Amino acid sequence: MTAQTGIGARVKRKEDQRFLTGNGRYVDDLPLARATHAHFLRSPHAHAKIKSIDTSAAAKMPGVVAIFTGKDVADAKVGSLICGWVVKDKHGNPHKAPPHPVMAADTVRYVGDTVAMVVANSQDEAKDAAEAIKVDYDVKPANVDLARALDKGVAEVHAEAPGNLIYDWEIGVKADVDAAFAKAAHVTKIDIVNNRLIPNAMEPRAAAAEYDKGTGNYTLWSTSQNPHVLRLILSAFVLGIPEHKLRVIAPDVGGGFGSKIFCYNEETMLTWAASRVGRPIKWTAERSESFQTDAHGRDHVTHAELALDKDGKFLALRVETIANMGAYLSTFATAVPTYLYATLLAGQYTTPLIYANVKAALTHTAPVDAYRGAGRPEATYVIESIVSKAAKELKVDPAELRRKNFIPASVFPYQTPVALQYDSGNYPPIIDEAIKIADYNGFEARRAEAKSRGKLRGIGFSSYIEACGLAPSQVIGQLGGGVGQWESAQIRFNPTGNVQILTGSHSHGQGHETTFAQIVSDKLGVPIENIEVVHGDTATTPFGMGSYGSRSLAVGGSAIMKAADKVIAKGKKIAAHLMEASVADVVFENGTFKVAGTDKAVPLGQAVFAAYVPHNYPIAEVEPGMDENAFYDPANFVYPAGTQICEVEIDPDTGEVEIVNFTAVDDFGNIVNPMIVEGQVHGGIVQGVGQALLENAVYDRETGQLLSGSYMDYTMPRADDVPSFKLGYKVTPCPHNPLGVKGCGEAGAIAAPAAVMNAVHDALAPLGVSHVPMPATPLNVWQAISGAARKAAE
Amino acid sequence: MTISVAMTVNGKAVSGKVEARTLLVQFLREHLGMTGTHVGCDTSQCGACVVHVDGKSVKSCTMLAVQAEGAKVTTIEGLAESADKLHPMQEAFRENHALQCGFCTPGMVMSAIDMVKRHNYQLDEATVRRELEGNLCRCTGYHNIVKAILAAAPAMKAAGV
Repeated sequence: MTAQTGIGARVKRKEDQRFLTGNGRYVDDLPLARATHAHFLRSPHAHAKIKSIDTSAAAKMPGVVAIFTGKDVADAKVGSLICGWVVKDKHGNPHKAPPHPVMAADTVRYVGDTVAMVVANSQDEAKDAAEAIKVDYDVKPANVDLARALDKGVAEVHAEAPGNLIYDWEIGVKADVDAAFAKAAHVTKIDIVNNRLIPNAMEPRAAAAEYDKGTGNYTLWSTSQNPHVLRLILSAFVLGIPEHKLRVIAPDVGGGFGSKIFCYNEETMLTWAASRVGRPIKWTAERSESFQTDAHGRDHVTHAELALDKDGKFLALRVETIANMGAYLSTFATAVPTYLYATLLAGQYTTPLIYANVKAALTHTAPVDAYRGAGRPEATYVIESIVSKAAKELKVDPAELRRKNFIPASVFPYQTPVALQYDSGNYPPIIDEAIKIADYNGFEARRAEAKSRGKLRGIGFSSYIEACGLAPSQVIGQLGGGVGQWESAQIRFNPTGNVQILTGSHSHGQGHETTFAQIVSDKLGVPIENIEVVHGDTATTPFGMGSYGSRSLAVGGSAIMKAADKVIAKGKKIAAHLMEASVADVVFENGTFKVAGTDKAVPLGQAVFAAYVPHNYPIAEVEPGMDENAFYDPANFVYPAGTQICEVEIDPDTGEVEIVNFTAVDDFGNIVNPMIVEGQVHGGIVQGVGQALLENAVYDRETGQLLSGSYMDYTMPRADDVPSFKLGYKVTPCPHNPLGVKGCGEAGAIAAPAAVMNAVHDALAPLGVSHVPMPATPLNVWQAISGAARKAAE
Repeated sequence: MTISVAMTVNGKAVSGKVEARTLLVQFLREHLGMTGTHVGCDTSQCGACVVHVDGKSVKSCTMLAVQAEGAKVTTIEGLAESADKLHPMQEAFRENHALQCGFCTPGMVMSAIDMVKRHNYQLDEATVRRELEGNLCRCTGYHNIVKAILAAAPAMKAAGV
């Protein structure tokens, strides 16, 4: 019955109908009676003292309902936005935690920092009035160059963080690593910048807030990836509204990629102001506001060294990184360059000794936090760049050098030297499959053919490891994480036999409404059209942690499996009663309870009906109703891995890079819906290609102005920037979750930058080019070519 | 100062009073409550707001509502014959998993239909990719959107739409 809709089937998505017909309901689509509209006045300066704010003229503008400034929220004792992960530095001290006011009262710290909120009858009136607010700024020098942010004499962002240092953190034993380097036959070194990115979900952030005077209840609609976590932060730390008096709803959300995990000031302000204004308030970011104020991603400056023995075995890795935090610490900013970055530096390799030192620095730029991959793309870029460079220096095949150092399948679970224990994996068959699909052996012929057309062709590998579904909660707590890392699920049968799955996970494009329904359809034998997935509303779903870090299926899906087990266990007792059999003799197969060796059978639907109409029912032993919930706390992270192979052609006259072939082979464990997984891989790859070739968040070094603040200046990948992709799979099921699944949401973005850049470097190697920075724009490539030519001429 | 404006949207006569600066997309979303057409940027680049005006695809954020006076406008809400019978382009998007978060989808679908017609139902991958320059998607990596459009072209021809 459910073979076409169960686990492993390419089920077409249930959510598509509404999205394809214009019936999606995103935050900005909400019809709210008597709604007012908010507009936020932003700082035009990267660093300035606010000498005065004059709102008197603005307050008289047509349609203005209220104006609030940083002083108003400070006077009302609105709390600081929090950073939810306490990272301890190398001396054991907690990181510096400067305040993050929801609106700036006396100092602005980046272009886009919020100075005032205007509430008016229409959006246009709110904007008009904001223009009439007079702010007198005393402009100060800005600190925007990450590489120099920790130098003496650089403008300080917060007095609470002297020298702009948030933490100086390390992992590994430096002396042991240094000793291994002293004995190395070869050392490869790289200096790389992981370019700053702006997430750019196509739906801009939006919020709407309403206060019910009668009950004292608040409702906040927000473009959130995790409405319960948002409510928790607002309630417990920022606004003090009790959790049971604040309902947070994240309806259809148009992409997140990390940027919608965090608690932002705008939604906080709307909620706070809703009771003061007495009418609902709506706000939707303009794209230019998104560019300025969404938490950005990446932004590392790194020096790394790899020690190899004479046979090409990795002996040790040494990494020094400065990570940009921006002007304020966003919700999970501190964890990204530490526990999601440095702990991944073993990659797929047996490197026995690793030392990483990470310094987190403040700058007068937008906050930086998790963006698709969050730390893991940065780690992969370091490892896979240095491995490919080592192969070039040693004149060995890059695939061969990787194979030589892969963790063998026989040693899993494998304890890395950087805290993580990989649960499962088998890397050699993955790279073999990728080589086959990409026709690696035919590459030199293609390179020669390209050369005859005046093009430089190159090929690049990237073998990534990812740790996703952060877990277990106890370990995350020991590492400073402020929340649990479990997920919730509830399977609610209605008397007529249809099902609602209530999940604490959240879908903003990933297709949970289909995938989660497939799990229940498969496990309980319920037709998929009789299953509805409910998510994104703190009033209707159990407390959940939401979606980030590729956790939804591995953690949220596992919770659903647990709840389904409870349904079966309860159903067995009911069915045993109905069949007058012993519970121990009842089995559950294809949606039906049976007594083994007899023709007695009770379909699940009949047991459910009996549970709601318990006329003939074991009421003394079994409660009526069929509504089972579960919370699942994983035993470990899950560890997807894969190899990407990218092939590029470069025009040496213009520096233009074209991707001509792109192969990705992944091990995501068991796959519930291959169609959806492929879509996740495609999208991830293009975000990675975007980082490698196109995207770059650039602040003016002197003024701190965001120079790439619109689609005119920030190069989003377009359809003609990328090819179609060739994908393959290898499966080693995750041994510790009931679905045997790993995560697939971030893999593409994690591996692709290194694959593309290794291909670019391979193509340019014959010209003597040793380094091209990301993004490898025509200008950067052309300059690298010219620089190499000049050097050769000298 | 408000100006009266009247047009046909998805076959229905509509009218309203707008400011001179009101954009067509604002008129659709805020005055008519037709929120299927989305706004994803403020520089007319993302294409989430594409609608058809007198049979041609137009970014409804680049056009004033008053400029659409008397025009026939089709939005994503007006494409499907019924809930059971989607337009072949909508059907191809579903079949090929050409949407994830759904936010760019209305504009993508409207642009794609116009593209297929302008190319007389004959398209190849390179043409589709080039023609999509006015539509941004952050989720799909375009792979399945391209596939969907290539699949929809013959389906549209066969259906006579």
